[in-house]
Amino acid sequence: MASSKTITVEVDDVSYTDDVEPRLLLVQYLRERLGKTGTLIGCDTTNCGACTVHLDGVSVKSCTMFAVQADGHSVTTIEGLARDGKLAPIQQAFHECHALQCGFCTPGMIMQSASLLNENPHPSEQEIRDGLEGNLCRCTGYQNIVAAVQAAAEGTVSSDSGASESAGVA
Amino acid sequence: MIPSAFDYAAPATVAEALSVLADAGDDVKLLAGGQSLIPVMKLRLADPAMVVDLGRIGELSGVRDDGDALLIGAMTTHHQVATDPLVAAHLPLLAKAAATVADPQVRHRGTFGGALVHADPAGDLPAAVLAADATFILAGPGGERRVEAADFFQGYFTTAVAEGEILTHIRVPKYTGWGAHYEKFTRVAQQWSIVAVAAMVRVEDGTIAEARIGLTNMGSTPLRAAAVEQALAGTPLTREAIAAASAHAAEGTDPASDLNGDASYRRHLAEVLTRRAVIAAAGL
Repeated sequence: MASSKTITVEVDDVSYTDDVEPRLLLVQYLRERLGKTGTLIGCDTTNCGACTVHLDGVSVKSCTMFAVQADGHSVTTIEGLARDGKLAPIQQAFHECHALQCGFCTPGMIMQSASLLNENPHPSEQEIRDGLEGNLCRCTGYQNIVAAVQAAAEGTVSSDSGASESAGVA
Repeated sequence: MIPSAFDYAAPATVAEALSVLADAGDDVKLLAGGQSLIPVMKLRLADPAMVVDLGRIGELSGVRDDGDALLIGAMTTHHQVATDPLVAAHLPLLAKAAATVADPQVRHRGTFGGALVHADPAGDLPAAVLAADATFILAGPGGERRVEAADFFQGYFTTAVAEGEILTHIRVPKYTGWGAHYEKFTRVAQQWSIVAVAAMVRVEDGTIAEARIGLTNMGSTPLRAAAVEQALAGTPLTREAIAAASAHAAEGTDPASDLNGDASYRRHLAEVLTRRAVIAAAGL
């Protein structure tokens, strides 16, 4: 039997130390150990992007990483994007542009959009579509998702988001 | 999906990794970016007793100037290769090929060396490093050895890396000033190449002085389109001349037939994509 490893990971600005089996996937660690169920498992095969989180500030698919690989690193999930009860601009943009229908892809879409905007603050429409190629949405046809990323990039979203009713955000 | 249980080691140096490998027996897998290995472990197509994670070995990551070549650490991510200024200046072909791998999240984790050792015939980097005549630097129990790209890829998912060895760096000669393009054909986003063509050309006084062409997924290994390279050398820089030379692209290839297309379709694609790749590389 493989022995467990002790890892220390910073998740959404809180440091956690846990014993984990090496085969435990990062997404399982986030959801089942830490209770951060905002990060979803969709395809579980590296295709759909629903499980996207940031590792040291860049997007990764947390179903395709072992929790032990995150030892000593910093993870940000969808639950860590809002600040002081205020949605991040990209979250607010998804809300205002109605960039979702069923919402299952939304946490991953938002995390990938945030990573894309960090790397390229003013992407063209094609760059947005290319940047989201690792995230699947089966409802929207992507139109409003692209519009939301454009709105966030252009800074045209409302800054007063304190009373937002969006789910899954502290 | 949950992989089978395994023992895990995360050595901090290549020497330590070699020593772990030497003691681990033969049921061991090296973990680089994990973007191919972890999916097959989750499907239990692979269930190694031990996994040695190379992610803590800092010396394996990054791109360095090495005189007439770039030295690329095996753990350098696709994203780093695609955005590195040295690669952009001297080996734009690699940057362009790396930028087409999978999707942004996978490029943030997946590694240059890991993809090359994985040696998927539909992978995008093997044809590019073959066209560039790269040298693979392997560390093993007996020290370092070097393998030329032409000898590195041996068959489906099979390379010259022996048991107990680790690919540490890839030394790729600079092609400063050459035009480069990677033309990839897929049906949907984030798909593997059905066929792709890596092209570099050196243009001199309105003539193609030299060309280097690598083919992706036209056989069990990446291939050089030698007949195209010969036909292009010394030809005038015109679309007609490039089209005529590209008609040789499928010579000596042995593409597979699968759900994405049969062998004759792939041979057709090789010609069309070679023409497009060379035209784009030459800036026509």
